[in-house]
Amino acid sequence: MLRANNLLVRRGSRTVLANIDIQLRPGEVLGVLGPNGAGKSTLLAALCGELPTSEGRVSLDERPLADWPGQERARRLAVLPQSSSLNFAFSVNEVVAMGRLPHASGRVRDGEIVAEALSAADALHLAGRSYLALSGGERQRVHLARVLAQLWPGAEGQTLLLDEPTSMLDPLHQHTILQAVRDFAERGAAVLVILHDLNLAARYCDQLLLLQQGLPHAYGPPAEVLTAEALAAVYGLEVLIHQHPERGHPLIIAR
Amino acid sequence: MTAIFRPRPTLIGLLLLLVLVFWLSLALGPVSLPLGDTLLAGMRLLGLPLDGGDTQQAELILGQIRLPRSLLGIAVGSVLALSGVAMQGLFRNPLADPGLVGVSGGAALGAALAIVGGSLLGGVPPAVEPYLLSVSAFAGGLIVTAVVYRFGRRNGQTDVATLLLAGVAMTAMAGAGVGLFTYLADDATLRTLTFWNLGSLNGASYPRLWPLLIVTVGVALWLPRRAAALNAMLLGESEARHLGFDIERIKLELVLCTALGVGAAVAAAGLIGFIGLVVPHLMRLLVGPDHRVLLPASLLAGASLLLLADLAARLLLAPAELPIGIVTALIGAPFFLYLLVRGRS
Repeated sequence: MLRANNLLVRRGSRTVLANIDIQLRPGEVLGVLGPNGAGKSTLLAALCGELPTSEGRVSLDERPLADWPGQERARRLAVLPQSSSLNFAFSVNEVVAMGRLPHASGRVRDGEIVAEALSAADALHLAGRSYLALSGGERQRVHLARVLAQLWPGAEGQTLLLDEPTSMLDPLHQHTILQAVRDFAERGAAVLVILHDLNLAARYCDQLLLLQQGLPHAYGPPAEVLTAEALAAVYGLEVLIHQHPERGHPLIIAR
Repeated sequence: MTAIFRPRPTLIGLLLLLVLVFWLSLALGPVSLPLGDTLLAGMRLLGLPLDGGDTQQAELILGQIRLPRSLLGIAVGSVLALSGVAMQGLFRNPLADPGLVGVSGGAALGAALAIVGGSLLGGVPPAVEPYLLSVSAFAGGLIVTAVVYRFGRRNGQTDVATLLLAGVAMTAMAGAGVGLFTYLADDATLRTLTFWNLGSLNGASYPRLWPLLIVTVGVALWLPRRAAALNAMLLGESEARHLGFDIERIKLELVLCTALGVGAAVAAAGLIGFIGLVVPHLMRLLVGPDHRVLLPASLLAGASLLLLADLAARLLLAPAELPIGIVTALIGAPFFLYLLVRGRS
């Protein structure tokens, strides 16, 4: 289980993140919301050890993150960055197979996992194509398949961190991808996902963390976090909150 | 644009090409040796007591001149190509050149120091001269690369963008040093310096060959162990870290392999451009970007291409000889431009 206690991150003399106490529980999807510059990506970078924390600590299974040997950590923790700079003509299969590098599960099993992960990200039909020939949204799905393959099939004790995995996707794929992430969590993994779309967050996340200028404004189930007052305070956005007629989760409508 | 050929047959094809080019480079020259004589003399040099014609002359030419020269060509070509793969992986740019971290510039400065400095001090004993040149060039390459690497380090991490810029700056400084020595040199020294800067396999000898051969074998054994890490690096440094690789260590190893490999190659044969840039690029078109195939393919193709360039250098104006750097630049530069144009369309 990935846990952050009393996290504080400074850049120069400026505090960009403070008072963060979260834990990513098995089987749960935690959504992180907040305006641009609220510290969402900083939080993700601190949680995966990319950014040193000024105070507080991040631990994976009760052991400080920095103490984990690289490969062992990579089998428990996978990270999807906001964008990728891959500029070489790997095939889609090869890109996703890189997710299997920390494992020694053999070529046959890896091949099966690559196909299953691609299928989960609705990208199996791209398998033989060159990565460079794909559109932005297709590339995003391929990278999601890569991090899914890194933890496949997903089990308790594994953690997946996703930075805006739906930013370039069409409306249908925003739902299929987040449903795939949900399914992944239901097999036992813990997931943290940064999102901008409040309605997607309301529908697919179990817990939400609403950040404002590096501080947690609210942390809890969607129905408690997504209130008209909170959204007005954090985003300066006037909204109406309804209930989804079929699913019951909050439905956010801008006024 | 993934691999257009299957990896294994391509590697076998490249190996056969190298064998063919190796034989041509042994057989052709001012004195052409028939295939039979080359084979027979080669066998006898290996100590096989074979009957047949008189191959004494062939044995002499082969053993003393052509064999060390061809082996030098193989070593220089393969280590330059491997270093090119390492640098293109490090900078995640298919157009990176092994000279980017300053090793070529530094080696040129070391060589200029040895050539001109030696003559200014009233000459060094002829027995020491070739070694002094090689050692000085090798040391120059290592020292300048170490300085560049030092500039790229910050907070325990290596920033490759800073590394690149520091490499450009240090190469310029080394160039200024070479310019200064050129200015100070007398006519005879100037000629030596110029020829050295153009590169040549001429005058290859076993004492010059061994150090380079050892470095080449070391690099050729080490880099493939890092093939998976190099693949992951192409995704991005943080992605590779999240896949469990110790990226800072890998970056150091890549810079070290390049400094040793290019330094030793330049020390043995002077500045030979474009092999390290063009060969990995060409092989990526043939076998794709997977380093598990790309590294051996580049090794084989680099060796073949350098031997071919050397054949052209010594046959085009025979009995006179062109510096090989001119040939590789003449072939490499237009090809590079072609790749640029092709990449744009």
